[in-house]
Amino acid sequence: MPAGQTDITERTLLQSIVEVAKSVFGAAAASVFLVDDETGDLVFEAVAGEGEDQLVGTRFPGGTGLAGWVVMSGQALLVDDVAQSPQFARDAAESTGYVPHSIMAAPLISNGDCIGVLEVLDRGSRPRGDLTDVDLIGMLATEVALGLELLVRLRRLTGELQPATAVSGGDAGMIRRIVARLPAATEPVASTVSRLLATADDLLAGDGAAFPGVTR
Amino acid sequence: MTLEPQKSGDSEQQPWRRPPRHHFPGIPAWGAPTAALREEKFDIDLIGEVTPEWAWGGSNGSGVNVAVLDSGVDGTHPMVRRLERSVGVMPGDDGEFTIADCEPADSAGHGTACAGLISSVAPEATLTSVRVLTDGKHGTGAGLIAGLRWAIDEGFDVINMSLSTGKPQFCLALHELADRAYFRRCVIVASAHNMPVRSFPWPFASVISVASHDEPDSSVYYYNPSPPVDFYARGMGVEVAWPGGAKIRSTGNSFATPHITGICARILSKHPMLTPFQLKSVLYLAASNVFQPQGGDYASRSD
Repeated sequence: MPAGQTDITERTLLQSIVEVAKSVFGAAAASVFLVDDETGDLVFEAVAGEGEDQLVGTRFPGGTGLAGWVVMSGQALLVDDVAQSPQFARDAAESTGYVPHSIMAAPLISNGDCIGVLEVLDRGSRPRGDLTDVDLIGMLATEVALGLELLVRLRRLTGELQPATAVSGGDAGMIRRIVARLPAATEPVASTVSRLLATADDLLAGDGAAFPGVTR
Repeated sequence: MTLEPQKSGDSEQQPWRRPPRHHFPGIPAWGAPTAALREEKFDIDLIGEVTPEWAWGGSNGSGVNVAVLDSGVDGTHPMVRRLERSVGVMPGDDGEFTIADCEPADSAGHGTACAGLISSVAPEATLTSVRVLTDGKHGTGAGLIAGLRWAIDEGFDVINMSLSTGKPQFCLALHELADRAYFRRCVIVASAHNMPVRSFPWPFASVISVASHDEPDSSVYYYNPSPPVDFYARGMGVEVAWPGGAKIRSTGNSFATPHITGICARILSKHPMLTPFQLKSVLYLAASNVFQPQGGDYASRSD
């Protein structure tokens, strides 16, 4: 899969998850944040419901708000009457334009790191029990994290395989061996190998059609 | 048996705080020639018939030192009582973490929420905030270990850990620290993870692990017969401290854990010579689903 394709799959995966979360919980909104490696900021990557038109791409400092609690503790959490806290209401109104009554959030854990947060605002009042809700959002978050992990792995794999898939099995192995051994070779051997490789390169340049599968 | 209660405090002379014995390599080191040597005297709290009243009745946690390993604690929040000291792990240039005193502040609020709950159960327990989490950046596992090691060496009676790390490279170090704490009579109370991911240190046998029940009663906790979670405490719709002096209702294992920490502080305040394994036994015997008033039939619990 080309690299651009995995980006599209990632966006589609995240969007489908927030749509599912919003629908399952009968919520006003559901969103996924990812942690920015450089700054520690949390960035809105996908939103369904309230704010879906304008929030994607906006960020706020890590370690703040309920999402911050979740990133820190690595635990799924739920708060019920946030709107009663004047400071919270003010902060929420300023940063997202929407003041929820309840927030539920779970960490996205990949290889032991919290890479983001799945958050659900104002879940519906259908009786499920709060603990069940926290368990459920935890399961959804686990699914998101696994999906993202696979995509990252796929992206790395397609990146690595691009040159190797261009040559057939036995040749690919030989080329890898040459690449691995060359740095350790003595100077005269290394220069001979380099000349041979240059010759091979010239040959291929002049006669690309004779080597099906090689794209230049 | 009438023994003078003695605080486990900071004395390095207590056998469980003594440095390991030096011995010639290869010589069996842990035997004791009891036939020839007089037995060493030490203080004990005998466990008789354990009831919740015996375990923590009338106790407010006084004399017990509790460390809260978290995001810091806001010392000005009205729910937090007796915050004695605040320290934080500081990353050094060489990648090593050091411990330094810091302001009693908490930018996130998670640690303040936990500290407030401990105070609500054991109002006279002395709290120390050990900030091991500062922001959302990765790589907090090493800071967590540095903070935990400090708290164990300082000789706290109870350490509240409403957090865990999922990084496998920290598993062994945490395991060794948890065992070290156990042998030094430092009780680690840790939140169980409520998601299907591997994380530490809560599944270790040397700590007390806590998950949530869904009843609105802070004094009710249950023993869980199927490991690795030891106990279920109140973790649903709990009123917790929220930044800015406010309170909020919150749900999660993070908030069940400080309830058990508070109960441990009350038990140790009354029975300071209990070892961690005795303490866990007392928690077990006094649990709402184990203790039977008027000596009820334990066998009927199998239904």
